[in-house]
Amino acid sequence: MLTDFNFRIIMEYLPLFLTGLRSTFFISIVSLLLALLTGIIACSCRISGIKFIKYPAIAYIEVIRSTPLLVQIYFLYFGLPTLGLRIPEIQTGILALMLNSGAYIAEIIRAGINSVDEGQLEAAVSSGLNYFQRMRFIILPQALGVTVPPLLGQAIVLVKDSALLSLISVMELTRCGQTMTSERFMPSEAFFTVAFFYMCIYFVLKSLADWSQKKLIFREAY
Amino acid sequence: MMAFYFSRLVEIYPFFLKGLWMTSKIAFISLATCTLLGFFLGIFRSGKNPILRFVIGVYVAFVRGTPFVVQIFIIFFILPEWGIQLEAFPAALLAMAIMGSAFICEIVAGGINAIPKGQWEAAASSGLSLIQQLRLVIVPQAMKVILPPLVGQYVLLIKDTSVVSVIGVMELTRVGWVTVVRIPEGLMVFSLVGILYFSISYPLIILSNYLERKMAL
Repeated sequence: MLTDFNFRIIMEYLPLFLTGLRSTFFISIVSLLLALLTGIIACSCRISGIKFIKYPAIAYIEVIRSTPLLVQIYFLYFGLPTLGLRIPEIQTGILALMLNSGAYIAEIIRAGINSVDEGQLEAAVSSGLNYFQRMRFIILPQALGVTVPPLLGQAIVLVKDSALLSLISVMELTRCGQTMTSERFMPSEAFFTVAFFYMCIYFVLKSLADWSQKKLIFREAY
Repeated sequence: MMAFYFSRLVEIYPFFLKGLWMTSKIAFISLATCTLLGFFLGIFRSGKNPILRFVIGVYVAFVRGTPFVVQIFIIFFILPEWGIQLEAFPAALLAMAIMGSAFICEIVAGGINAIPKGQWEAAASSGLSLIQQLRLVIVPQAMKVILPPLVGQYVLLIKDTSVVSVIGVMELTRVGWVTVVRIPEGLMVFSLVGILYFSISYPLIILSNYLERKMAL
Protein backbone atom coordinates (compact mmCIF):
# COMPACT_ATOMS: atom_id res chain seq x y z
CA MET A 1 0.00 0.00 0.00
CA LEU A 2 2.33 2.71 1.24
CA THR A 3 5.53 0.71 0.68
CA ASP A 4 6.55 2.95 -2.18
CA PHE A 5 5.73 6.19 -0.38
CA ASN A 6 8.34 8.57 -1.71
CA PHE A 7 9.69 10.99 0.89
CA ARG A 8 12.32 12.40 -1.49
CA ILE A 9 9.70 13.90 -3.72
CA ILE A 10 8.05 15.51 -0.69
CA MET A 11 11.38 17.07 0.29
CA GLU A 12 11.78 18.30 -3.25
CA TYR A 13 8.38 19.94 -3.14
CA LEU A 14 8.71 21.18 0.44
CA PRO A 15 9.39 24.82 -0.53
CA LEU A 16 6.15 24.81 -2.55
CA PHE A 17 4.22 23.38 0.37
CA LEU A 18 5.69 25.95 2.72
CA THR A 19 4.61 28.81 0.47
CA GLY A 20 1.18 27.19 0.36
CA LEU A 21 1.13 26.92 4.14
CA ARG A 22 2.10 30.55 4.47
CA SER A 23 -0.62 31.54 2.07
CA THR A 24 -3.19 29.47 3.99
CA PHE A 25 -2.07 31.19 7.21
CA PHE A 26 -2.32 34.60 5.62
CA ILE A 27 -5.77 33.96 4.15
CA SER A 28 -7.09 32.46 7.37
CA ILE A 29 -5.82 35.20 9.66
CA VAL A 30 -6.95 38.07 7.45
CA SER A 31 -10.39 36.56 6.87
CA LEU A 32 -10.78 35.68 10.54
CA LEU A 33 -10.09 39.26 11.61
CA LEU A 34 -12.42 40.65 8.95
CA ALA A 35 -15.04 38.04 9.88
CA LEU A 36 -14.82 39.07 13.54
CA LEU A 37 -15.52 42.63 12.52
CA THR A 38 -18.40 41.56 10.25
CA GLY A 39 -19.76 39.32 12.97
CA ILE A 40 -19.69 42.06 15.59
CA ILE A 41 -21.45 44.48 13.26
CA ALA A 42 -24.05 41.92 12.13
CA CYS A 43 -24.72 40.85 15.69
CA SER A 44 -25.13 44.41 16.95
CA CYS A 45 -27.54 45.10 14.10
CA ARG A 46 -29.47 41.95 14.86
CA ILE A 47 -29.94 42.64 18.56
CA SER A 48 -30.42 46.38 18.12
CA GLY A 49 -34.20 46.21 17.87
CA ILE A 50 -34.22 48.82 15.10
CA LYS A 51 -36.24 47.24 12.29
CA PHE A 52 -34.31 48.99 9.51
CA ILE A 53 -31.06 47.25 10.34
CA LYS A 54 -32.35 44.24 12.22
CA TYR A 55 -34.09 42.51 9.32
CA PRO A 56 -31.25 42.93 6.79
CA ALA A 57 -28.89 41.44 9.40
CA ILE A 58 -31.21 38.48 9.96
CA ALA A 59 -31.54 37.96 6.21
CA TYR A 60 -27.76 38.06 5.79
CA ILE A 61 -27.14 35.57 8.58
CA GLU A 62 -29.84 33.12 7.50
CA VAL A 63 -28.95 33.23 3.80
CA ILE A 64 -25.27 32.59 4.54
CA ARG A 65 -26.03 29.81 6.97
CA SER A 66 -28.33 27.94 4.62
CA THR A 67 -26.25 27.99 1.43
CA PRO A 68 -22.96 26.15 0.90
CA LEU A 69 -19.71 28.10 1.07
CA LEU A 70 -18.69 26.76 -2.34
CA VAL A 71 -21.79 28.32 -3.91
CA GLN A 72 -20.98 31.61 -2.18
CA ILE A 73 -17.42 31.48 -3.50
CA TYR A 74 -18.62 30.78 -7.06
CA PHE A 75 -21.29 33.47 -6.68
CA LEU A 76 -18.61 36.06 -6.01
CA TYR A 77 -16.05 34.58 -8.39
CA PHE A 78 -18.37 34.46 -11.38
CA GLY A 79 -20.68 37.23 -10.22
CA LEU A 80 -18.36 40.13 -9.43
CA PRO A 81 -16.94 40.36 -12.98
CA THR A 82 -20.46 40.70 -14.40
CA LEU A 83 -20.85 43.73 -12.16
CA GLY A 84 -17.67 45.11 -13.66
CA LEU A 85 -15.56 44.39 -10.58
CA ARG A 86 -12.39 42.57 -11.50
CA ILE A 87 -10.48 41.72 -8.35
CA PRO A 88 -7.80 39.05 -7.88
CA GLU A 89 -8.93 35.54 -6.88
CA ILE A 90 -7.32 35.77 -3.49
CA GLN A 91 -9.35 38.85 -2.59
CA THR A 92 -12.53 37.21 -3.84
CA GLY A 93 -11.68 34.24 -1.65
CA ILE A 94 -11.02 36.33 1.44
CA LEU A 95 -14.26 38.24 0.83
CA ALA A 96 -16.21 34.97 0.61
CA LEU A 97 -14.62 33.56 3.76
CA MET A 98 -15.20 36.82 5.59
CA LEU A 99 -18.90 36.95 4.70
CA ASN A 100 -19.36 33.27 5.48
CA SER A 101 -17.61 33.19 8.85
CA GLY A 102 -19.02 36.58 9.77
CA ALA A 103 -22.54 35.17 9.84
CA TYR A 104 -21.52 32.28 12.07
CA ILE A 105 -19.53 34.56 14.38
CA ALA A 106 -22.55 36.87 14.69
CA GLU A 107 -24.56 33.91 15.96
CA ILE A 108 -21.79 32.87 18.35
CA ILE A 109 -21.64 36.35 19.87
CA ARG A 110 -25.43 36.52 20.12
CA ALA A 111 -25.48 33.17 21.91
CA GLY A 112 -22.84 34.52 24.31
CA ILE A 113 -24.91 37.62 25.06
CA ASN A 114 -28.05 35.54 25.53
CA SER A 115 -26.19 33.28 27.95
CA VAL A 116 -25.83 36.12 30.46
CA ASP A 117 -28.36 35.62 33.24
CA GLU A 118 -31.48 37.78 33.05
CA GLY A 119 -31.03 38.84 36.68
CA GLN A 120 -27.78 40.55 35.72
CA LEU A 121 -29.62 42.73 33.25
CA GLU A 122 -32.34 43.57 35.75
CA ALA A 123 -29.76 44.41 38.39
CA ALA A 124 -27.96 46.67 35.91
CA VAL A 125 -31.22 48.41 34.96
CA SER A 126 -32.13 49.05 38.56
CA SER A 127 -28.65 50.41 39.24
CA GLY A 128 -29.56 53.13 36.78
CA LEU A 129 -27.09 52.20 34.06
CA ASN A 130 -28.05 53.16 30.52
CA TYR A 131 -27.95 50.79 27.52
CA PHE A 132 -24.29 51.36 26.66
CA GLN A 133 -23.13 51.20 30.26
CA ARG A 134 -25.09 47.98 30.72
CA MET A 135 -23.44 46.47 27.67
CA ARG A 136 -19.99 47.79 28.49
CA PHE A 137 -19.81 46.97 32.20
CA ILE A 138 -22.25 44.12 32.80
CA ILE A 139 -23.19 42.10 29.72
CA LEU A 140 -20.13 42.05 27.47
CA PRO A 141 -17.49 41.21 30.10
CA GLN A 142 -19.52 38.14 31.02
CA ALA A 143 -20.53 37.25 27.47
CA LEU A 144 -17.13 37.47 25.82
CA GLY A 145 -15.54 34.70 27.90
CA VAL A 146 -18.23 32.28 26.82
CA THR A 147 -17.64 33.04 23.15
CA VAL A 148 -13.92 32.21 23.13
CA PRO A 149 -14.14 28.40 22.73
CA PRO A 150 -16.75 28.50 19.94
CA LEU A 151 -14.80 31.30 18.22
CA LEU A 152 -11.72 29.07 18.20
CA GLY A 153 -13.94 26.31 16.82
CA GLN A 154 -14.98 28.70 14.06
CA ALA A 155 -11.30 29.45 13.42
CA ILE A 156 -10.74 25.71 12.84
CA VAL A 157 -13.66 25.62 10.41
CA LEU A 158 -12.33 28.71 8.66
CA VAL A 159 -8.87 27.20 8.11
CA LYS A 160 -10.48 24.08 6.66
CA ASP A 161 -12.86 26.14 4.54
CA SER A 162 -9.94 28.05 3.06
CA ALA A 163 -9.10 24.81 1.22
CA LEU A 164 -12.09 25.48 -1.03
CA LEU A 165 -10.29 28.53 -2.42
CA SER A 166 -8.07 26.08 -4.31
CA LEU A 167 -11.07 25.63 -6.63
CA ILE A 168 -10.85 29.24 -7.78
CA SER A 169 -7.09 28.73 -8.25
CA VAL A 170 -5.85 30.58 -5.18
CA MET A 171 -2.36 29.25 -4.54
CA GLU A 172 -2.84 27.87 -1.02
CA LEU A 173 -1.99 24.54 0.62
CA THR A 174 -4.53 22.33 -1.16
CA ARG A 175 -3.73 23.94 -4.49
CA CYS A 176 -0.07 23.01 -3.94
CA GLY A 177 -1.14 19.38 -3.55
CA GLN A 178 -3.07 19.63 -6.81
CA THR A 179 -0.08 21.23 -8.53
CA MET A 180 2.23 18.47 -7.37
CA THR A 181 -0.29 15.82 -8.45
CA SER A 182 -0.56 17.26 -11.92
CA GLU A 183 3.21 17.64 -12.34
CA ARG A 184 4.38 14.30 -10.97
CA PHE A 185 1.21 12.30 -10.61
CA MET A 186 1.95 11.27 -7.05
CA PRO A 187 -1.37 11.93 -5.33
CA SER A 188 -0.66 10.00 -2.11
CA GLU A 189 2.51 11.93 -1.38
CA ALA A 190 0.86 15.22 -2.30
CA PHE A 191 -2.41 14.93 -0.43
CA PHE A 192 -1.10 13.16 2.66
CA THR A 193 1.45 15.95 3.06
CA VAL A 194 -1.31 18.53 2.67
CA ALA A 195 -3.45 16.64 5.18
CA PHE A 196 -0.50 16.52 7.59
CA PHE A 197 -0.10 20.30 7.54
CA TYR A 198 -3.81 20.85 8.11
CA MET A 199 -3.71 18.38 11.00
CA CYS A 200 -0.89 20.40 12.62
CA ILE A 201 -2.93 23.61 12.45
CA TYR A 202 -5.99 21.71 13.71
CA PHE A 203 -4.19 20.32 16.77
CA VAL A 204 -2.82 23.71 17.79
CA LEU A 205 -6.22 25.38 17.51
CA LYS A 206 -8.02 22.44 19.09
CA SER A 207 -5.79 22.40 22.15
CA LEU A 208 -6.26 26.16 22.47
CA ALA A 209 -10.03 25.67 22.30
CA ASP A 210 -9.96 22.86 24.89
CA TRP A 211 -7.72 24.91 27.15
CA SER A 212 -9.98 27.96 27.00
CA GLN A 213 -13.00 25.75 27.64
CA LYS A 214 -11.34 24.30 30.74
CA LYS A 215 -10.39 27.76 31.98
CA LEU A 216 -13.98 28.85 31.54
CA ILE A 217 -15.41 25.95 33.54
CA PHE A 218 -12.80 26.60 36.21
CA ARG A 219 -13.81 30.24 36.39
CA GLU A 220 -17.50 29.43 36.61
CA ALA A 221 -16.90 27.02 39.46
CA TYR A 222 -15.70 29.82 41.71
CA MET B 1 -28.85 41.20 -22.40
CA MET B 2 -29.85 40.26 -18.90
CA ALA B 3 -33.42 39.44 -19.98
CA PHE B 4 -32.05 37.29 -22.77
CA TYR B 5 -29.89 35.29 -20.38
CA PHE B 6 -32.78 35.03 -17.98
CA SER B 7 -34.97 33.46 -20.64
CA ARG B 8 -32.12 31.10 -21.52
CA LEU B 9 -31.88 30.14 -17.86
CA VAL B 10 -35.62 29.49 -17.71
CA GLU B 11 -35.32 27.29 -20.77
CA ILE B 12 -32.81 24.98 -19.18
CA TYR B 13 -34.57 24.61 -15.84
CA PRO B 14 -34.87 20.78 -16.16
CA PHE B 15 -31.08 20.70 -15.94
CA PHE B 16 -31.25 22.38 -12.54
CA LEU B 17 -34.01 20.05 -11.37
CA LYS B 18 -31.75 17.14 -12.29
CA GLY B 19 -28.99 18.68 -10.21
CA LEU B 20 -31.37 19.21 -7.32
CA TRP B 21 -32.46 15.59 -7.59
CA MET B 22 -28.83 14.43 -7.54
CA THR B 23 -28.04 16.62 -4.53
CA SER B 24 -31.08 15.27 -2.69
CA LYS B 25 -30.08 11.71 -3.57
CA ILE B 26 -26.52 12.16 -2.27
CA ALA B 27 -27.78 14.00 0.80
CA PHE B 28 -30.42 11.41 1.63
CA ILE B 29 -28.20 8.35 1.17
CA SER B 30 -25.28 9.86 3.02
CA LEU B 31 -27.40 11.21 5.89
CA ALA B 32 -28.83 7.73 6.40
CA THR B 33 -25.44 5.98 6.31
CA CYS B 34 -23.79 8.68 8.41
CA THR B 35 -26.46 8.42 11.09
CA LEU B 36 -26.21 4.62 11.28
CA LEU B 37 -22.41 4.56 11.25
CA GLY B 38 -22.20 7.57 13.56
CA PHE B 39 -24.43 6.00 16.21
CA PHE B 40 -22.55 2.72 15.95
CA LEU B 41 -19.15 4.41 16.33
CA GLY B 42 -20.41 6.85 18.95
CA ILE B 43 -21.60 4.05 21.22
CA PHE B 44 -18.15 2.44 21.07
CA ARG B 45 -16.45 5.80 21.49
CA SER B 46 -18.26 6.35 24.77
CA GLY B 47 -17.76 2.70 25.77
CA LYS B 48 -15.21 1.06 27.99
CA ASN B 49 -12.83 -0.59 25.51
CA PRO B 50 -9.77 1.72 25.46
CA ILE B 51 -8.31 0.36 22.20
CA LEU B 52 -11.55 0.88 20.28
CA ARG B 53 -11.93 4.31 21.84
CA PHE B 54 -8.43 5.27 20.79
CA VAL B 55 -8.82 3.97 17.22
CA ILE B 56 -12.11 5.80 16.75
CA GLY B 57 -10.51 8.89 18.30
CA VAL B 58 -7.70 8.86 15.74
CA TYR B 59 -10.22 8.44 12.92
CA VAL B 60 -12.31 11.33 14.21
CA ALA B 61 -9.24 13.55 14.63
CA PHE B 62 -8.11 12.83 11.07
CA VAL B 63 -11.53 13.62 9.63
CA ARG B 64 -12.06 16.74 11.73
CA GLY B 65 -8.53 18.00 11.22
CA THR B 66 -8.48 17.97 7.42
CA PRO B 67 -10.66 19.81 4.92
CA PHE B 68 -13.36 17.81 3.16
CA VAL B 69 -11.90 18.65 -0.28
CA VAL B 70 -8.61 17.04 0.72
CA GLN B 71 -10.48 13.95 1.93
CA ILE B 72 -12.31 13.70 -1.38
CA PHE B 73 -9.05 14.03 -3.30
CA ILE B 74 -7.49 11.32 -1.14
CA ILE B 75 -10.39 8.96 -1.82
CA PHE B 76 -10.69 9.76 -5.50
CA PHE B 77 -7.01 9.85 -6.44
CA ILE B 78 -5.36 7.51 -3.97
CA LEU B 79 -7.72 4.55 -3.79
CA PRO B 80 -7.01 3.73 -7.47
CA GLU B 81 -3.30 3.51 -6.57
CA TRP B 82 -4.23 0.79 -4.13
CA GLY B 83 -6.27 -1.01 -6.76
CA ILE B 84 -9.73 0.24 -5.81
CA GLN B 85 -11.31 2.02 -8.77
CA LEU B 86 -14.40 4.01 -7.88
CA GLU B 87 -16.77 6.01 -10.05
CA ALA B 88 -17.42 9.59 -9.01
CA PHE B 89 -20.83 8.91 -7.47
CA PRO B 90 -19.83 6.02 -5.14
CA ALA B 91 -16.61 7.88 -4.29
CA ALA B 92 -18.71 10.90 -3.28
CA LEU B 93 -20.98 8.74 -1.12
CA LEU B 94 -17.97 7.08 0.51
CA ALA B 95 -16.35 10.44 1.26
CA MET B 96 -19.59 11.79 2.71
CA ALA B 97 -20.08 8.66 4.84
CA ILE B 98 -16.55 8.83 6.24
CA MET B 99 -16.75 12.55 6.97
CA GLY B 100 -20.27 12.67 8.35
CA SER B 101 -20.03 9.61 10.56
CA ALA B 102 -17.01 11.08 12.35
CA PHE B 103 -18.91 14.25 13.24
CA ILE B 104 -22.08 12.37 14.24
CA CYS B 105 -19.98 9.92 16.28
CA GLU B 106 -18.74 12.78 18.45
CA ILE B 107 -22.27 14.15 18.92
CA VAL B 108 -23.60 10.73 19.94
CA ALA B 109 -20.66 10.03 22.26
CA GLY B 110 -21.18 13.43 23.89
CA GLY B 111 -24.86 12.68 24.40
CA ILE B 112 -24.23 9.26 25.92
CA ASN B 113 -21.50 10.61 28.21
CA ALA B 114 -23.95 13.22 29.49
CA ILE B 115 -26.13 10.47 31.01
CA PRO B 116 -25.36 10.05 34.72
CA LYS B 117 -23.70 6.81 35.81
CA GLY B 118 -26.63 5.95 38.06
CA GLN B 119 -28.79 5.30 35.00
CA TRP B 120 -26.38 2.63 33.77
CA GLU B 121 -26.22 1.06 37.20
CA ALA B 122 -29.99 1.10 37.62
CA ALA B 123 -30.47 -0.44 34.18
CA ALA B 124 -27.88 -3.11 34.88
CA SER B 125 -29.38 -4.02 38.24
CA SER B 126 -32.82 -4.33 36.59
CA GLY B 127 -31.28 -7.28 34.77
CA LEU B 128 -31.13 -5.68 31.32
CA SER B 129 -28.43 -6.86 28.92
CA LEU B 130 -25.94 -4.31 27.61
CA ILE B 131 -27.86 -3.86 24.36
CA GLN B 132 -31.14 -3.50 26.23
CA GLN B 133 -29.54 -0.95 28.58
CA LEU B 134 -28.50 1.12 25.59
CA ARG B 135 -31.71 0.70 23.62
CA LEU B 136 -34.24 1.09 26.42
CA VAL B 137 -32.57 3.36 28.96
CA ILE B 138 -29.50 5.25 27.78
CA VAL B 139 -30.10 6.20 24.15
CA PRO B 140 -33.70 7.45 24.63
CA GLN B 141 -32.44 9.86 27.30
CA ALA B 142 -29.34 10.78 25.36
CA MET B 143 -31.51 11.68 22.33
CA LYS B 144 -32.53 14.83 24.16
CA VAL B 145 -28.92 16.02 24.08
CA ILE B 146 -28.13 14.51 20.69
CA LEU B 147 -31.07 15.69 18.59
CA PRO B 148 -30.51 19.47 18.28
CA PRO B 149 -26.83 19.28 17.24
CA LEU B 150 -27.63 16.26 15.06
CA VAL B 151 -30.11 18.23 12.97
CA GLY B 152 -27.59 21.08 12.82
CA GLN B 153 -25.02 18.60 11.56
CA TYR B 154 -27.50 17.42 8.90
CA VAL B 155 -27.63 20.98 7.57
CA LEU B 156 -23.84 21.10 7.43
CA LEU B 157 -23.72 17.73 5.65
CA ILE B 158 -26.28 18.81 3.06
CA LYS B 159 -24.21 21.91 2.38
CA ASP B 160 -21.04 19.83 2.18
CA THR B 161 -22.53 17.79 -0.66
CA SER B 162 -21.68 20.82 -2.81
CA VAL B 163 -17.99 19.98 -2.44
CA VAL B 164 -18.35 16.63 -4.24
CA SER B 165 -18.84 18.65 -7.41
CA VAL B 166 -15.02 18.80 -7.61
CA ILE B 167 -14.81 15.18 -8.73
CA GLY B 168 -17.44 15.75 -11.38
CA VAL B 169 -20.65 14.53 -9.78
CA MET B 170 -23.45 16.35 -11.60
CA GLU B 171 -25.16 17.84 -8.57
CA LEU B 172 -26.51 21.32 -8.03
CA THR B 173 -23.21 23.19 -7.68
CA ARG B 174 -21.70 21.38 -10.66
CA VAL B 175 -24.77 22.23 -12.72
CA GLY B 176 -24.29 25.89 -11.83
CA TRP B 177 -20.62 25.66 -12.73
CA VAL B 178 -21.37 24.11 -16.12
CA THR B 179 -24.18 26.58 -16.79
CA VAL B 180 -22.14 29.67 -16.00
CA VAL B 181 -19.82 28.82 -18.89
CA ARG B 182 -22.75 29.05 -21.32
CA ILE B 183 -24.70 31.80 -19.60
CA PRO B 184 -22.09 34.26 -18.30
CA GLU B 185 -24.30 35.77 -15.60
CA GLY B 186 -22.63 34.51 -12.43
CA LEU B 187 -24.93 36.40 -10.07
CA MET B 188 -28.07 35.03 -11.73
CA VAL B 189 -26.92 31.42 -12.09
CA PHE B 190 -25.52 31.06 -8.59
CA SER B 191 -28.46 32.93 -7.04
CA LEU B 192 -30.65 30.22 -8.51
CA VAL B 193 -28.34 27.52 -7.17
CA GLY B 194 -28.32 29.25 -3.79
CA ILE B 195 -32.11 29.49 -3.69
CA LEU B 196 -32.41 25.78 -4.38
CA TYR B 197 -29.98 24.94 -1.56
CA PHE B 198 -31.80 27.37 0.69
CA SER B 199 -35.09 25.58 0.02
CA ILE B 200 -33.58 22.33 1.31
CA SER B 201 -31.56 23.50 4.27
CA TYR B 202 -33.57 26.39 5.71
CA PRO B 203 -36.46 24.18 6.92
CA LEU B 204 -33.88 22.01 8.67
CA ILE B 205 -32.30 25.06 10.34
CA ILE B 206 -35.72 26.09 11.64
CA LEU B 207 -36.27 22.54 12.89
CA SER B 208 -32.89 22.60 14.61
CA ASN B 209 -33.66 25.91 16.34
CA TYR B 210 -37.06 24.59 17.40
CA LEU B 211 -35.55 21.39 18.82
CA GLU B 212 -32.91 23.37 20.67
CA ARG B 213 -35.56 25.52 22.34
CA LYS B 214 -37.79 22.55 23.10
CA MET B 215 -35.03 20.35 24.51
CA ALA B 216 -33.65 23.17 26.64
CA LEU B 217 -36.85 23.25 28.72
